[in-house]
Parts: sequence; structure tokens; C-alpha cells
Amino acid sequence: MGEPGTKEPLTLEELEATTGVRTGRKHILSILVENKPGVLTRIAGLFARRGFNIDTLAVGPTDDEAFSRITLTLDGAMHPIDQVTKQLHKLVNVIKIRDLEPTETVARELALFKVTADGPARGEVMQVVEIFRGKIIDVTRRSLIIEVTGTWEKIEAFERMVRPFGLVEMARTGEIAISRGRTET
Amino acid sequence: MMRAVDAVMECLKAEGVDVVFGYPGGANLPTYDAFVDAGIRHVLVRHEAGGGHAAEGYAKASGKVGVVFATSGPGATNIVTPLTDAMMDSVPLVAFTGQVRTDLLGTDGFQEADTFGITMPIVKHSFMIQHPVEIPRAVHEAFHLARTGRPGPVLIDMPVDLTRAEIDYQPVGDVQLPGYQPTTEGNSKQIRLAAKALANARRPVIYAGGGVINSDAAEELRELVTSDRLPVTCTLMGLGAFPAPHEQWLGMLGMHGTRTANYAMDEADLILAVGARFDDRVTGKLSEFAPRAKFVHIDIDPAEISKNVPAHIPIVGDAKNVLTRLTNEYRALGPDPGRLAAWWERIEGWRAQYPLGYADSADTEIKPQFLVEALYEATGGDCILSSDVGQHQMWAAQYFHFAKPRRWVNSGGLGTMGFGLPAAMGAAVGNPEVPSVLLTGDGSFQMNTQELATCREHDIPVKVVIMNNGYLGMVRQWQELFWDRRYSNVDMGSWPDWVKLAEAYGATGVRLTDKTTLRRDLRSAIETPGPVVVDVRVTREENTYPMIPAGAAAREMVG
Repeated sequence: MGEPGTKEPLTLEELEATTGVRTGRKHILSILVENKPGVLTRIAGLFARRGFNIDTLAVGPTDDEAFSRITLTLDGAMHPIDQVTKQLHKLVNVIKIRDLEPTETVARELALFKVTADGPARGEVMQVVEIFRGKIIDVTRRSLIIEVTGTWEKIEAFERMVRPFGLVEMARTGEIAISRGRTET
Repeated sequence: MMRAVDAVMECLKAEGVDVVFGYPGGANLPTYDAFVDAGIRHVLVRHEAGGGHAAEGYAKASGKVGVVFATSGPGATNIVTPLTDAMMDSVPLVAFTGQVRTDLLGTDGFQEADTFGITMPIVKHSFMIQHPVEIPRAVHEAFHLARTGRPGPVLIDMPVDLTRAEIDYQPVGDVQLPGYQPTTEGNSKQIRLAAKALANARRPVIYAGGGVINSDAAEELRELVTSDRLPVTCTLMGLGAFPAPHEQWLGMLGMHGTRTANYAMDEADLILAVGARFDDRVTGKLSEFAPRAKFVHIDIDPAEISKNVPAHIPIVGDAKNVLTRLTNEYRALGPDPGRLAAWWERIEGWRAQYPLGYADSADTEIKPQFLVEALYEATGGDCILSSDVGQHQMWAAQYFHFAKPRRWVNSGGLGTMGFGLPAAMGAAVGNPEVPSVLLTGDGSFQMNTQELATCREHDIPVKVVIMNNGYLGMVRQWQELFWDRRYSNVDMGSWPDWVKLAEAYGATGVRLTDKTTLRRDLRSAIETPGPVVVDVRVTREENTYPMIPAGAAAREMVG
């Protein structure tokens, strides 16, 4: 078994062997942080250092200006989630972390799509936009910019629908989320 | 109104700081000006790394927060190693770094380094001062963070122009850290469960680490262990947490621990870990570590629990608090000591079969293990023993017995060569009542030798014993055992002449080569006033045994 102190060569399979309990599902972490210098760097750095991949990340103000909310999503099949949250809790500027239950959570993402749409295709694209309750926010003779909000899955579905028409580019915010019901997230 | 730096001095005094270690430079000139009138002892080290490790040694020996000052840029990068070391070994430290003035920030100004960014992963927390009025609160919060919960290093980076600013200083009576609330009280239900598990265990082992020392819980640990015939082992960092030697003491565990301790862990049905973190040097091959055991894990840091080994009964809390209550619960259950008879028979069997030992020389040659034994006898064990990193460190851990906490100062987690001399110096300052002895290697000692000048200049009477084999011994051992004896860059030759070097620094230098007079010669060297360097020539190629080979299980110990 490879350790730097033995001369056995290490196989790639051994390198890939990992430990920890994985949940297998997508996790949305809602992290309430103090508005202090370096908070985002600390969180991003922690993830990088421990080898955790962030799928999406959204940061913004909350109702209290002393705090910001960071919403990030990660794949529980890739990382032991309890280690992620315990390590985050050790950061002094982190006030609260919620690992949001998908069924107890409202999550939304905003995405902008620039699509080539001239000739007959334009009508078809506009129909898709209608179905997804998107908004056309910029029009030229050869292109449209479409705004879509919704769950991650809905954005993915919309992307699949418009890609064949000629997707020039896409920008996404990453999900933000809040728990259902009266209690605070 | 006063300058922000004068407010820093007031805060230090309010925190009970009477001595700091440091090195001045351009970006902390105002701070050093404030030292002139502050009435705080400042030990001028010869390298910032020495300052950082000295603050660590001071903290470990005294139980107080160590303080180090460095300037911007190279001053700050020079304390990166001590900060990392303190982070790995949970040492309470507050570091003040100078920074270029605010209008130069981010412009690659002279002696500018992104200290805040560079040190972010290696500190418990850090403050980048943006306004001078933030400084007093930052200082108090830094001390609070460094000493409470799981102790660790905290850094305050202060742009030089802000430190010169005049502020309206008001003493700060509280800290405002809403995101920092360490759990110190263990959960009563969990403690009861742990007591029951311990009372029902037939092959228990208490596995104690450095957290017991940090928590000042050695007495509480002894109470628990001796409330029954519970076998106890300590990690490298935990040595001194239980008074050795003792009939219930199994010795240190882990890679170079005793066979008795490692075999007991291997066959245990219940392991009670307290203030220890199941480091890879303790567990060996994780999948085969203590395969029959259930685990009770007491730690103040919830992130340590179930990190490497899943805990059956996790208890988050301060070791002192939890151990006191656990002992009460355990006693109340009135467990039958007879249930441990078979277990002790097994342990005694290992003890008899595998005592620590080595083949001693028949002539005057000094075996390294013999040197440690001789040093123990020469000091009567009554000293603070610091070490560097390598074979000598492991032999010290094996053959020197630590009867009290805060008597063993070494770099465990990071394994920092060059830690020893400055740490021993800091320990001497932190606890001047007890002699400070450093056992080092000829490799390690060359990494911070310059601090001999500090010892001489400040009359810090550290007694340095060099276990000199002319090799980077531990690396040589691994090359011998696991790399077909293909020695690569481990022969250190025979320079410098340590006696002459000691004399150049104004210290006393002694060379010892004869085993037959070693004990007496060591005693007289240690009794010599002022800093002393003893160059002890030992067997060149001697291996540290026993040993769990890398990646192997405990029961596969060799040597």
C-alpha cells in the first residue's frame, strides 16, 4: 500500500480509492456568514484544501446587513457531507449552516441564454420560451436573449430544448434557496 | 487618545501578557516604538521562525498564550512554519504581523506579501485590520480564540499607517464572535452511555492525546484510569498526561510505540479516545485498526469525531469537564474489576515478551537509546524536555518517562525540524523554575542554531544535547528498510564543530564520546550555568524500533 516511505509503485486505482460516507444526493448548503473580509476566500479555500468540489455558488446580502448568505450546491456522491459541514462550522465567521432537505426547500436559479434565432426557428424558440415561462429581454434580427428562472432541473431542461437552435452562450447564477414554512432557514 | 500600537500594548497587558518574542522591521516600526515604554518583556530572536517556535514552546510549557511579532513580507513568511506547526498541534498562539501601508496594499510594495491570504489555511482565525479602531477588539478576540475551544494560532495583520493612527482607546470587556461557540460541556446522556460501555468492556484501553494536556486534565485522566484497573496509552502529544512509569501505563502507541500498547489497541473491545485524533501515525492501516473495538471519542472539536474512525459514542466537550463526570458515572456503576483479569494477563504477557530494548554496546560506544536513558537519569526526569524531529524524538518518547504534563515539548503533527532550540528557549522563559533541556539531532539543530545567540544574549539557560550520528537518521532508516539501502543525501558529514560553534555563541561546548562516564558528564554539563551545547557522538547506524511499517497494521510491528 503506497506511502511515500515505501518503494512500491502506486497504481492509479489505489490513488482513486477514497474514504468517507457519501449520501449520493445533491446537497444545497445555506450558509449564513458575517460580512467580514476574506469570508468567501476562507470558504472557497476550505473546499479546495479538503478536495471538495463546489457545483454552484451564490452570494448575496440578507435582511440584516451584518450578514450575507452563501448558497452552494455540491454532490453528496463525491464528498462525505458531514465532514464538509463540520469543517465549515469551524470557520469563525460562519454563523449557521443548513443542509437543506430538497422536499422542504424552495430553490431557484436565474439563467440568461443567448440563442441564434432567425427565420422560422425564431417562432419555435419563442414557443419554448412560452412553455418555460421565460422572458425575452433582448432582440436583434439574428438573436434573442432569454431569461429563465426556476429550479436547477428546469434550467437544464430549457438548455436542452434551445441548444439545437444554436446556443451562443449561457450565464447562470447558481441556485439560491430558502426553507419552506414559517421558520428561518 | 493614544496611538493604536499603544492600545495594542494595553490590550496585551489586559490579557496578562508579560513576555513576547519577535523581530522588528519597517512595517512594524510603530509597534517597536511602543515596546520602549510598554513594560512588556520582548525577547529579540535571531529569525522570525525562531520567534514563532519560541512562542509555541512558551505556550506548551506554561499553558498561556504565546505571542510573536514579525514585520511584513519576509518577516511574515518566516512565521508560516510555526503557525502551521501550532495549527497541527493545537498550540495557543497570537501572531502580530506588520503590513505595508494601506495605499500600497496590492501594489507589490517593498516587503509586501499577502500575509492574510498566505496564512488563511494555517490559522484558527485571522484579522486583516482595515481601520485603526478595530485593533483593540481584534486583539482581545484573537486571545479568546487562541486559548478557548481547540486552541490554535490566530494572526493579526496590521498595515503600518493604521498602527500609527490615534484612537480613542476604551478597554474592551467582551468579545463578539457569534459564529464561535465551542461546546465545552459534554452531553450527559452520552457520558452515561460511555460509562456503561466502559463498565461492560472486558478489554478496554484508554487512548489519551494532547487534548488532555491542553485542557489541563491530567489529574482527571489519572482519576478515571485509577478508579479501576484501566489500561492507558498516550499519543506522542499526550506524553505526560498520565504519570509514567505506572503499572497501568502501556507506553506510547503508534508507529514507534510499544508493542504492548499497539497490541492492546488491536485486541481491545472498547477504546476510549480523549483529546486524540486517530492520526495516521497512530492507526497504521486504517481498515485494520482496532478491528474488534467500539469507540468512545471525547474531543472539543466536533470535526475530529468520526473523521478517521467512526465513533460509536461521540462526546463533544472539554476533556476536563467530560472526564470528571465520566469518572463519577463510572464509579457509580461499581464495575467489577475482576472482569479485567484476563485482559491484564494478556497485557502482562506482552509486557514480559516485548519490553522496549536495544542491544547495548560492549565497549565505550554510546547507543542513542542509552543516551536517552542516561539523560533521564542525569536529570532525574525533572526537566522540561524539548526535542526536534526524527529518530532522537522517537527514542526520547520511548525511553524518557514523563510524570507530569507540560514537561514534553515537541513538534508532532507537522514534524518540524528546527523546532527544538527555539521551543526549548520559549519553554525556559515560560517556566523558568524547571530546567529546560533540548534533545536534538545534528540535522535538526542546524535548522535554527542562530537562536543560541538569543539564549546567550537574554540569559536563557537552555541545555542542548545533540544526538550526533552524522546522518539524517530517520530518513536513512527508511532508505535502509524500505528502499534497499540506497542512501540518498542523508550523510551529514561531520561539520560544524559543535564545541567551537557553541563557544562562538558564548555558550559552553562539550563533546562526549564515552559511555562509561556519560551519565556523570551529562549531569555536570546540565549543571553548568548558562546555555550549554553537548555534542554526544552516538552509533551512526541504529534504527528506531519497534515500528509499524508504513501502511501496515499494528499487529505487523517489526523490530
